[in-house]
Amino acid sequence: MTRSASLSRRTFLKTATAAGGGFMIGAYLPLGGPSTSLRAAGTFDPNIWIRINADDSVRIMLTMLEMGQGVMTSMPMLVAEELDFDWKKIKTEWAGADPKYGNPNFGGQQLTAGSNSVRGMWKTLRESGAAARMMLVTAAAQTWDVPENSCTTNNGFVIHQASGRKVNYGALVDKAAALPVPKSVALKDPKTFKVLGQSLPRLDVPEKVNGTAGFGIDVKLPGLLTARVVRCPVFGGKVASFNADKAKAVPGVKHVVQISTGIAVVADNYWSASKGAQALDITWDEGALAKLTSADILKKHVDLAQQPGKVARNDGNADAALKTDNGFERTFEAPFLAHATMEPMNCTADVRADRCDIYVPTQGQTASQQAAMAASGLPADKVKVHVTYMGGGFGRRGEGDFVTDAVETSKAIGKPVKVVWSREDDMQHDYYRPVSYARMWGAVDASGKPTVFMQRMVQQSLMKRIGGLPPNGVDFISVDGSANLPYAIPNVRIEYIEHDPGIPFGFWRSVGASFQGFVVEAFIDELAAAAKKDPFEFRRDLLGKSPRHKAALELAAEKSGWGKPLPQGRARGIAVMDAFGSILSQVTEVSVDARGNVRVHRVVCTVDTGWVINPDTIKAQMEGGIVYGLTAALKGEITIQNGRVAQKHFGDYQVLRHNEMPEIEVYIVPSTEVPGGIGEPSTALAAGSLVNAIAAATGKRIYKLPIKPELLRGGTA
Amino acid sequence: MISLDVNGTRRDVDVSPDMPLLWVLRDTLGLTGTKFGCGLGQCGACTVHLDGVATRGCLTAASAAVGKKITTIEGLSPNSNHPLQTAWVAEQVPQCGYCQSGQIMSAAALLAKTPKPTDAQIDAAMTGNICRCGTYQRIKRAIRRAARV
Repeated sequence: MTRSASLSRRTFLKTATAAGGGFMIGAYLPLGGPSTSLRAAGTFDPNIWIRINADDSVRIMLTMLEMGQGVMTSMPMLVAEELDFDWKKIKTEWAGADPKYGNPNFGGQQLTAGSNSVRGMWKTLRESGAAARMMLVTAAAQTWDVPENSCTTNNGFVIHQASGRKVNYGALVDKAAALPVPKSVALKDPKTFKVLGQSLPRLDVPEKVNGTAGFGIDVKLPGLLTARVVRCPVFGGKVASFNADKAKAVPGVKHVVQISTGIAVVADNYWSASKGAQALDITWDEGALAKLTSADILKKHVDLAQQPGKVARNDGNADAALKTDNGFERTFEAPFLAHATMEPMNCTADVRADRCDIYVPTQGQTASQQAAMAASGLPADKVKVHVTYMGGGFGRRGEGDFVTDAVETSKAIGKPVKVVWSREDDMQHDYYRPVSYARMWGAVDASGKPTVFMQRMVQQSLMKRIGGLPPNGVDFISVDGSANLPYAIPNVRIEYIEHDPGIPFGFWRSVGASFQGFVVEAFIDELAAAAKKDPFEFRRDLLGKSPRHKAALELAAEKSGWGKPLPQGRARGIAVMDAFGSILSQVTEVSVDARGNVRVHRVVCTVDTGWVINPDTIKAQMEGGIVYGLTAALKGEITIQNGRVAQKHFGDYQVLRHNEMPEIEVYIVPSTEVPGGIGEPSTALAAGSLVNAIAAATGKRIYKLPIKPELLRGGTA
Repeated sequence: MISLDVNGTRRDVDVSPDMPLLWVLRDTLGLTGTKFGCGLGQCGACTVHLDGVATRGCLTAASAAVGKKITTIEGLSPNSNHPLQTAWVAEQVPQCGYCQSGQIMSAAALLAKTPKPTDAQIDAAMTGNICRCGTYQRIKRAIRRAARV
């Protein structure tokens, strides 16, 4: 048993429920306070996760939000394991915006991002369950007048083996509610897990196969109107003037109002709102970016990369070794990317004089509430956030712009309104994965050992956007994947140059690692080629001090049949990295036809993500993340023309489809390490193993994403 | 007034004849299981059946659905027990779930016509349905599973 040291710090306090014969237990509560004093008190507000009712039902609060990544199931599994309760009887309930339910990994913000749900919450949730269980055991032991340590629990019962007695948790709630909360709890040894490690069916699946799952776009309220917001196509532009006469003449259109983000056309339904939006006459003041193009941005990046950047890592003396060992340079590029969630951005708001309710598919209760507060002028206690399922998130739904739209519109018209973005609105007004440019230098000595790995990276800074760069000037998000290079290379220098061309940018599944997983692993392959070594063996030999990387890599090689013959025309590429606390490796198998079209046949993915909560969810996230990464590598490109996004929809921003789907095999590396994240890592690595496979197949290396068939004409070598 | 046969029930709706069936279903009739993804017939999220044929609701004017049997995800089975729905659960297909109504409706139309589809037939029937969560592999497995029933 591992004794949890943090519990006494964090402290637990139970509270009796007002009604229903239940008792609740929560984290972050002051120890020893009476149960009636559950008022907000500084940072020790109640943080309540579990309610056990006398009828043997259990309700677990969910603070991490569901966008497909399985948190609705994995979070309560953490509680259920320690509580030792019948999984089938557990009910869940979403927490709205409430600082008590913050994620410690985000400084207490409620944000579902950065593959931080399990990583941020596992300890709190397990401790919550463990403490509840301890109190139930105490309650039973006192009832029976036997020592606590003579009692055990099983699936919702406390058992006294010696006397053959057993009692259900529900029968103990009143007694347990009167007990003091333990100061520390013992968490289970992973070897004894009964719930964790099982591929339990996801709780959200049944309602996602019959159309009843409630997404934000499905919200229904009495008298609800629907709006489209027309924004300036040029970033930074604004409305100069507009005429709403034709829009208002469209049947069903009720209101046309100007809000801070554009012109809102409000109607009985989406179709009318959309027709009204098309009928608007707007003159735009296009602003300072009206001439900006992607070529301008690239040129600026190239210019900036001529000078040294801020140093993220500096081992040895890369400059000297580059001279000694006849170093070489390559440059890599990747474009802006849209998130393109299946459910377009939307939010429903009902703003009254004294309160504001929002119904929103969001990754961040906190961010949504703050956006609604700013737009409504109401304080936090008057702004209620109702969360829904998200039809995809991928980082996009951590933003607050769609909330601003809805709250400003509802406030302006005095009625509840659902703002729904069109696909075009969504594609052209995203917070894009930043356009990225990197110069890479490397060298291999006469014995075939790599001596230099050097990167100079230019990218917009997410850290600057959300709070500021650290004193060293390095955005660690941008160099996630290069600064933590796991390979034993004596001279490593990683530099970062911040540049913001003015295009909105944000967090896109795997974030900085989405570029680094491509660049670093493509460049390592070139070093292997320069050393005339097999790409797998070259990596393995450099991972002596990174045993988890080595194990993941070796398992990927074994499962993929690395080195074994393939059908004519096919080749494999390999890659390995750590991202979001997990270590993974991929082997991708491709062929390239004479026109240069890449076909991905198979991806073998191994992942060491620590002790496992739900293996099937991990597999699903690896599968989905790989598809997301392959889509970006093969097709994804947002380009800027005259200050606006050129792409409009899935016709010109193509995504991987059924007929292009490779076979994906996922293998989980057994591990007892603390859990890593699973939502994002496999996206980061997908391009790296893909371009290495293409190089193996064609002899041509890819330096720019997305991969253009014209560069690969002639096909497999 | 337009009269539609939706999931076996006659529904009279007062809408413009050119209003897409998708929005009649969602906004007028409150059948929100059918999803809006692009409004351009590119993503398949709005797939319903018209007389058993998989059809994009976003590109079908309400007037074009008159006289046809419209089936939505809500009407696919009485108790969410269509073999595809059962298979979808068994294979744990959905992630975010948003596209899955359309995926299931496309697959249901396929199996109704081709009970034992080849992989190529599955690809041909399903390629119009995008899933950004990347559940394609599980969808194919679920279709194969349902086809074995």
